[in-house]
Order: sequence, then C-alpha cells, then structure tokens
Amino acid sequence: MNKFFLSFGLAVLLSACASGVKLNDVPVEDKSGSSVSAPAPEPTPAPAVAQAQSAVAPVSTVTSDNLAAGPNGVTKVIYFDYDSFVVKAEFQNAIEGHAQFLKNNPRAKVSLEGHTDERGGREYNLALGQKRADAVRQSLSLLGVSSAQIESVSFGEEKPAIQGSDESAFSKNRRTEFFYK
Amino acid sequence: MVRIVFFLFTEAMINFFLPILTAMTLSIGVVSSAWSEVRVEVSGVGITQIPIGIASFKGQDAAPQKPALIVASDLDRSGQFKTMDPGMVLDDTSRPDFVAIRQTNTDALVTGSIQKTADGRFDVKYRLWDVIKGQDLGGQSFLVVASDLRLVSHRIADQVYEKLTGDKGVFSTRIAYVTKQSQRHVLWVADADGENAQAALTSPEPIISPRWAPNGTDLAYVSFESRKPVVYVHDVSTGKRRILANFKGSNSAPAWSPDGKTVAVTLSRDGSSQIFSLDAKGGEPKRITQSNGIDTEPVFTPDGSAIYFVSDRGGSPQIYRTPAAGGPVQRVTFLGNYNISPTLSPDGRWLAYIARNASQYRLHLLELATDKVYPLTDTHIDERPSFAANSKLILYATMVQGKEVLMTTTLDGKISAKLAGQSNNIREPHWGPFLKP
Repeated sequence: MNKFFLSFGLAVLLSACASGVKLNDVPVEDKSGSSVSAPAPEPTPAPAVAQAQSAVAPVSTVTSDNLAAGPNGVTKVIYFDYDSFVVKAEFQNAIEGHAQFLKNNPRAKVSLEGHTDERGGREYNLALGQKRADAVRQSLSLLGVSSAQIESVSFGEEKPAIQGSDESAFSKNRRTEFFYK
Repeated sequence: MVRIVFFLFTEAMINFFLPILTAMTLSIGVVSSAWSEVRVEVSGVGITQIPIGIASFKGQDAAPQKPALIVASDLDRSGQFKTMDPGMVLDDTSRPDFVAIRQTNTDALVTGSIQKTADGRFDVKYRLWDVIKGQDLGGQSFLVVASDLRLVSHRIADQVYEKLTGDKGVFSTRIAYVTKQSQRHVLWVADADGENAQAALTSPEPIISPRWAPNGTDLAYVSFESRKPVVYVHDVSTGKRRILANFKGSNSAPAWSPDGKTVAVTLSRDGSSQIFSLDAKGGEPKRITQSNGIDTEPVFTPDGSAIYFVSDRGGSPQIYRTPAAGGPVQRVTFLGNYNISPTLSPDGRWLAYIARNASQYRLHLLELATDKVYPLTDTHIDERPSFAANSKLILYATMVQGKEVLMTTTLDGKISAKLAGQSNNIREPHWGPFLKP
C-alpha cells in the first residue's frame, strides 16, 4: 500500500510541477494514526491542481516508526536492587512518561523485558526476571495503561547488558527494558 | 574423603582437583596410545570396583572406532569397574589363557573383533568371560554402518555392565545440552559420554531447559528466538518442531509426564510464574499451582502422580510437592534459603537439587525415604542435575577454572567424570531415557 501511495504522491508532485505549482504550496498534512481508507483516486489523466494537492496522503510508515521509538527523552531501562522487584522512586518519572505515551497512543504496544544478573539457576532467574517485568507492568496499569498494550516477559540471566561477574556488571543487568513494537 | 576423578582431555583439571586428592592417589593405566590424553585418578580407599580386562578388539586398529577403548571408558566412568588392558588381542571365538589372565587380577574379561564387510559395513563381535571360573558369559555380534560403531560399543558396555552388576547400563543413552559461542546458541544431542555430538538447533538467541520425552527422540525446550521465552517440542531424528506453549508472557521449564502424554510448563499468563499442565499435542493449559509468587521448575514423579517444583511462597526458593492434578502442597526442603532445580531418580528413591550455601551453588542429594541430605560436590556453581535412566549417576553443569563443563557423579559423590566434547561454554544438560535396542 505504502509503495502505491508513494508512487501516487510522486505522480502528484510531478504533475504539480508540470502545472507550474511550487512545491512549497503542496500541503503536507500530518494525520498521525489515520488509516488510508479512501478509495485510491486515478493518478491519470493529470487532475486539476486543487484535486492533486488534496490527494497527498501522509506516509503511514512514519507513524508506526514513531510508536516503535516510544516516548522521546524517557529512559527505557529500569534498574533494580539485588533480590528486589520494587520500582525505585527515581524511576517514577520514567514510568509516568511511558504511561502517558501509551495512553496517548492506544495503538502503541510495549514489551517489558525483565532481566537478572547471572547468579543462581537459569529457570529460577527467568521467573525472577518475570517479577521485575511484572512490577513495571503493574506500575503502568496503576497509571491507567490498558493491559492489552503491555506484554511482560523475561530473559532471566540469558541477555546480560554488561558482561562481567562483579557488582558493577550485576547492577546494570538487574533491569526491565521497554521494547516498543 | 574417598574420591575418584576422571580427567578427560585436560591436564589442567588436575590443578583444580588437587586439593581434594589425598596422598593415596594412584593412577590406573587404562590409557592406550589412542587416548593418551585421558587420565584416570583414583584416591582414597574402600571403593569396591569390579576389576575387568578389556582386550583390544581384533582388527580395531584399522577401524574408524576402537570398541575396546569406548567400552573401557564407559565402564570406568560408571565408577563400578576398574578396567585394564591385558595387552593381548583375542577375538570372540578364541578361548583366553585364563591362567595367564588371572595374573592380572581381573575377575572378568571382554574380547572381541571388528571387521569391515564387503558392503562397507562393520561386523562387531564381543564375548564376556568369567576369569575366575573360566566360563563364557555370552556375547553378541552386530552388523552396523560406521556411524553406529560408537553406539554398538556403548551397547556392548551396557551388556557387560548389566551382566556383572545386575543393573541396566546407560552407556547407549543420549544427552542433550546447549553451547554458547559469541552470539551462537546450539542445542546438541550427544552420546552419554559427551562424544558424537550432533547439532539439533542453532539459533542467534538463547536456548534453555532441554528435556527429553520418554520416547527418547522428542526434546522440549525453551527458545528465545521470537524475543520471548517460548516452549517448543522438537523431534531430533526428523528435525521437525512445533510450538507447544506461546501464551502471553513467559513460557518455560517444560517437564514431561512419564507416559509422555502431558507436559508441565511454567506460564506467566495469569500474572505470576505458575505451573500448568498441557496435553503434549498442544491445547489449553490447566493450572496446577496457585500462589502469588514464583512457582517453577516442575518435575513429575516416576509414577506420574505428583509434581515436585520450586516456589518462593515461603519467602525463599524451596522445593515443594503437589499432586499432578493440583491440590495440597507439601514443603520438601528445609535446609538453607535457596534450593532449586529438583530432579527425581527414575527409581523414585532420590531427589537431586542445587542448594546455595555461602554463595556456593552445589549439587545435593535427598533420600526421600529418610529426608537425609548429602552434598555431592566440591565445585561452586553447579546447575541443572538430571539422573541417568538407571538412577546410578547424575549429570550436571558446573564451572571448572572459569569454564562451563558437564560432569557426571555417582550418587555417593565418590566418582566424578568430566564429559568430553565441546570446548565452548556448555550448559543445560539433560540425560535421556533408555532407548529401544
């Protein structure tokens, strides 16, 4: 679909040029999240200038890229203390930023990925990482985010952010990451 | 402490184990030229082992595998035999000179031959002799392709083991494990001695918790290839695999029921990690445990009636037991504040698990009839025990000199052996069931 509209847009621009309209005069609307449902107009013969301008549609991939990027300027990693599943106060602003973004963008989906440090059994750590992901999920739910937008999963100890077997590495590995889809 | 350690492929291991070897260390010369890197160390006194001669098989020098060496290595690793090479070559038909062999202080002798046939296969024959009575204890011949020569050698070791101990041998069973090298994760299937490894699955994402189905060909495991833990069932003989559990949240810790019809899994779809049972063919999961915290690592009892699992419901991870259909929960471990990864011996007598003590994670054995607990190892980061099908050995992962390795140990902890095979990081072992001959 996008390809079609891109080429259609290009055709419109070309025809616009041909009819002597400056590019700056072509209106570009940002209709975030709007789906392209209108029946595709015929690109030829070259329509009147006014019709060509009104047919320029937003490119929808831009919209979904924005959702996958998540909120701007909000950290996507929440760190946890040893043997703890409590979302620390210092991350409350970040949680609120994500909650706001998810509420403003009901089509946005996020995977909360819990992780542990390397100590202990792999399956038990998978369950511990799940607890960390679930703690963040509950914080978001309390702020009114729909559970349909969230999936909390765990990687346990399998995907450390930092290699190493000391506390400086461990503290960076005990985390929940926001992964927007 | 009485202890035997087998050193396979690395002299460096000696440095690690030296502190636990006593002055009574003696080396047994089971070593022959083809496996001169193999070293067997025995320490201590009081171990009863059957002394057995394994004669070089006639024709094995020209064969792709040397059955006598494989049989001897298998029997040594079991801890129940002391093998030696009588230094003579006898085929399965010639009657040994028992007067001469008695000088070597062996109770039994294995002889045999290996011969390439016109169609390119191999005819392997063996015979077991009672040295003391001078009696023929029977033998067998096998006609196999070259790639099955190891399997046949393991089967010979199984037959010798069963004849002389009364227990079934497990040398022809298979193990599964996972290696990781940079970002490459591989699920392997190998012989019980770690040799003959074949890759069943290669993935850029982690693979954990492989578990053999009772049929010995299906493996259930957890793969992260779709950016979350999903449980698969994989027929290793055909390479066909299917998703068993991919519910919202995490899906992990598969465990087969003894009849192979049900798989218990840990799912987080209801909000916390809880144990469910699933038809092995797929379908709607049925919840087994009910807690607000973590319930995971289920394992069925050999009769299928109950499930042992790990739960943090008491504040720290401990092992519990519940009926397989759900119901009352009974705590099983009480010592320490971190007991995980339960596994039951097929004979139903033993529970092996990992206990953390002063930052050391060590393999422990609990005798279910008495509730007595025995620590089995001196290593620091033991993981994932599983029993051999005959309940006589435990396979587990651990760290030796900063490297992940697989070890086996006898249930008394006296004899441990490092498995051959991968030099990569190697983890997540599971010992498969008896295979049909």
